Amino acid sequence: MITAERKPMEELIECLRPYHRILLVGCNECVTVCSAGGRKEVGILSSALQMAFMKEGKTLEVKEMTLERQCDPEYVEELVTHIDQAEAVMSMACGCGVQEIARRFKTKPVFPAVNTTFMGASERQGVWAERCQGCGECVLGLTGGVCPIARCSKRLLNGPCGGSTNGKCEVDPDIDCVWQLIWDRLKALGIEDRYEDNIAAKDWRTGRGGGPRKIIREDLVK
Amino acid sequence: MENFEPTIVAFCCHYCAYTAADMAGSKRLCYPPNVKIIKVPCSGKVDAIHIMKALEMGADGVYVAGCLEGDCHFKSGNVDAAKRVAYIKKLLDEIGIGGGRVEMILMSAGMGERFAQTAADMTEKIRKLGPNPVKFAPKANKAV
Repeated sequence: MITAERKPMEELIECLRPYHRILLVGCNECVTVCSAGGRKEVGILSSALQMAFMKEGKTLEVKEMTLERQCDPEYVEELVTHIDQAEAVMSMACGCGVQEIARRFKTKPVFPAVNTTFMGASERQGVWAERCQGCGECVLGLTGGVCPIARCSKRLLNGPCGGSTNGKCEVDPDIDCVWQLIWDRLKALGIEDRYEDNIAAKDWRTGRGGGPRKIIREDLVK
Repeated sequence: MENFEPTIVAFCCHYCAYTAADMAGSKRLCYPPNVKIIKVPCSGKVDAIHIMKALEMGADGVYVAGCLEGDCHFKSGNVDAAKRVAYIKKLLDEIGIGGGRVEMILMSAGMGERFAQTAADMTEKIRKLGPNPVKFAPKANKAV
């Protein structure tokens, strides 16, 4: 999922200061799962914002909505009947959702309420960790299903580096050395000899090196 | 402000604090009438939004009273509630309302005295903090 964290309240209050009526929009997908911007978080933020304004002797009218998916135009369209009553929109979705609202409603200011962080998996309740950088050319088949691009601090394709100590990364002792994890996994699979194969230099143009990316599926395009 | 009488909402678990309140009554213990009790099936039922709404609607203080550690009828509802209270305290500090208005209290069903004492202590603490700054502020129209 795409993970996110709420921005500091001070920053949110500051960008809403000029307004009196806002639309606070959550998303039922990734940000709900990582407890950053689902229906529940919309309710809590709405209450916190209103109290922050009331404390300053001002009022803020907040219309709360949570869309099924804020990154899909079909669902963003549901805002049409409410958008005119709002002076601004605050989105609790990832950056994709914020931009979809900005694209659809060109004259309405839109503010992000969360910092979108990474594509990750939940390690346990309340803990999410980065797992994928969307490099566009997956190497997980070569590395035993453990990603050196997202999980190695240096993104080494043929590791480890000299900074690996007792299975931990020199950047932070809380970070596992992914090349240790890859080795352990290859061993468990009985294919340690795969470790000797050099992985060829990566063509980073499939990732961000080639500029913003787009997928076009001709069979689906209408 | 001398005459300020705080309104305090106490979310009380059915299996401990609510019964402790009953015990306090049976023992004819006095505690301040400022505390308004809301019975919940477990302190873990109390969500962040319940605490926020109580404050938004004008409560000066809120506390969640759950079972002693290890005694939760639903295993860990009291531990979950304590974490939520800590989260809300931080949020309230961030918006300038003050996290001190919210507390997590643990007690058993037999602790009538502790219930009465907690009610008195919390009332005193909130009285010192003064009224919730949003209590008398004009409220925004309800968005529809």
